[in-house]
Amino acid sequence: MIRLEGVTKTYLTGAGAVHALRDVDLEVRAGEFVAIMGQSGSGKSTLMNILGCLDRPTSGTYRLDGRDVGRLPDSVRAKLRGAAFGFVFQSYNLLPRMSALEQVELPLIYQRVPNRRHLAAEALVRVGLADRAHHQPTQLSGGQQQRVAIARSLVVNPRLILADEPTGALDTKTGQEVMQLLTDLVDQRGITVVLVTHEQSVADFARRTLRMRDGMIVEDVVRPSLRAVSG
Amino acid sequence: MSLVDAVRIALRAIAANRLRSALTALGLIIGVSSVIVLIAVGQGAQKGVTERIRGLGTNLIFVRPGTAQGTAQTQGARGAAMTLVASDADAIEQAGIPGIAGVSSQINFPAQAITSAQNVNTTVIGTTANYVDVRGVSLSSGSFISPTDVSTRGLAIVLGAAVAPQLFPEEEPLGQTVRLSLGGGRVTFQFRVVGVMAPRGGSSGGLEDSYVYVPVSSVQNRIAFVRNPTGQVNVSQIDIKTAPKADQALIKDQVTALLMQRHNVAEPDFRVLSQDDLLGAASAVSLTLSILLGSVAGISLIVGGIGVMNIMLVSVAERIREIGIRRAVGAQANDIVKQFVTEALTLCLVGGLIGTGVGVGAAVLLGGRAVAGQTMTTVIQPWSIGIAFAVAAGVGLISGSYPAYRATAVDPITALRNE
Repeated sequence: MIRLEGVTKTYLTGAGAVHALRDVDLEVRAGEFVAIMGQSGSGKSTLMNILGCLDRPTSGTYRLDGRDVGRLPDSVRAKLRGAAFGFVFQSYNLLPRMSALEQVELPLIYQRVPNRRHLAAEALVRVGLADRAHHQPTQLSGGQQQRVAIARSLVVNPRLILADEPTGALDTKTGQEVMQLLTDLVDQRGITVVLVTHEQSVADFARRTLRMRDGMIVEDVVRPSLRAVSG
Repeated sequence: MSLVDAVRIALRAIAANRLRSALTALGLIIGVSSVIVLIAVGQGAQKGVTERIRGLGTNLIFVRPGTAQGTAQTQGARGAAMTLVASDADAIEQAGIPGIAGVSSQINFPAQAITSAQNVNTTVIGTTANYVDVRGVSLSSGSFISPTDVSTRGLAIVLGAAVAPQLFPEEEPLGQTVRLSLGGGRVTFQFRVVGVMAPRGGSSGGLEDSYVYVPVSSVQNRIAFVRNPTGQVNVSQIDIKTAPKADQALIKDQVTALLMQRHNVAEPDFRVLSQDDLLGAASAVSLTLSILLGSVAGISLIVGGIGVMNIMLVSVAERIREIGIRRAVGAQANDIVKQFVTEALTLCLVGGLIGTGVGVGAAVLLGGRAVAGQTMTTVIQPWSIGIAFAVAAGVGLISGSYPAYRATAVDPITALRNE
């Protein structure tokens, strides 16, 4: 589904060029659960942003289902983000003063999907927050907020969920619950999940772990014990 | 994003910052309402002047001393020679010009009217018996100056409707004596009250109600400082009443030719004006007033608009993270533009609506009220509401668009990192 070839990302800063990604090749097949690990500044967030069409590669190609999405105009990329991708962030990124239900409805507003209240309610049920639909972010715990964010990413029926340190702000137990939720999405719904994390215990939920250093993928491990993934 | 959603999001954002939204809208409320009120005042002034001129009578032509350059007023102020005489009026009447229904002449000067107990500053109109017919005025009691009063230089006086109760608060004015003091008390005459005018009402601004009327001959031949060296009777205005549907332009030409011949001059030393001419001059003045008032109001509307833009820019800066989140969940650049433009537009239209209410209300309240001794007339113009609203909407579009454009330039990643 995802194929990166020779992707480089260079930022120009006052101190000179920063090579966030150097010649990265990566293939992710549909239904895979991939964890990207690495230290701060290793390039993992940059890789996520490029995968999520939030950023463009400086050179190299990014093909999504064979389509070169790295060179699409912004409006098409925005449409793609809305329809095919779901984002989960470390800091949840919920909008203030909006109920959980409205947060989940948000992507549907931009998709002009009808019947969105119903779809949003369903997504909340799926993450176990049916009884919190009318709570605002400040009335929810961190784990609940992150589950709202996951419901929001799910509601568009995405093919790919990109999770940037989804457990970073949560305690271990809540973090495990959120990870279980993501694992279920992969297992039960065949959604592809790419996850960035610092923690080995979190990465262990994934079938495949990439390790990054200095903008390059230095290790790519697939755990053998699991069932085959469909291509 | 559908329009309904855009409006819903805008209303939420406005409601989330109640105080700021209210203050922003206030700028527009002031702007829109002042446009409506000031234009209503300007138009009211214009209407007042027009009614005052129409109130002089109907189908009138005026002949005044002075040349085509400058108005009669400025000529008078400069002490221009009095070139019109009472016999000019007689000549016009006797010339048999078709369409002339009556002629009267008058001379105006200030004087003090004095009774045993009261003292009133007034304007004396020295005129003839024809005045009543030519100017279409009527009396509430007694009679006007008679032709005999004019020919015998009788000391008869008719009081304006407002003057009579001032001079005679308790007694019946008819038959009483009024002294007129002219030229700062140098000359004083005793007149006998023969009549009281009926009120002319608000349409003429009450001006004529404060005049007193005497036979033109009686003052002319007794007052040295207005006497004509040739022994003629000076007049400051000749009023010509024309028949309904008479060709006023033709009559003006004929009167001009007649007087030029009588005065033996190559260029007229007088001016012949119809009511339409006066209306034209007056509306030019009040148009200037309207434009002036409108400009002041327009400036406040622009200031209000800048306020909206300022707030929208602040709002974009404050909501960078929100923009980033919306972009990440699939909002396109034009969705963000739509959101901010809708927000600004909603704010402006709500402000415009309230401003219209306030403006119309204030104009209605002001109308008919005395301000600085003048009765205010206000005429609410539907087009002023239209303009104020269009400007409010335009301000909304512009002041929403630029911040919205700035918002789309926000990089979603940077926006999301913006904690």
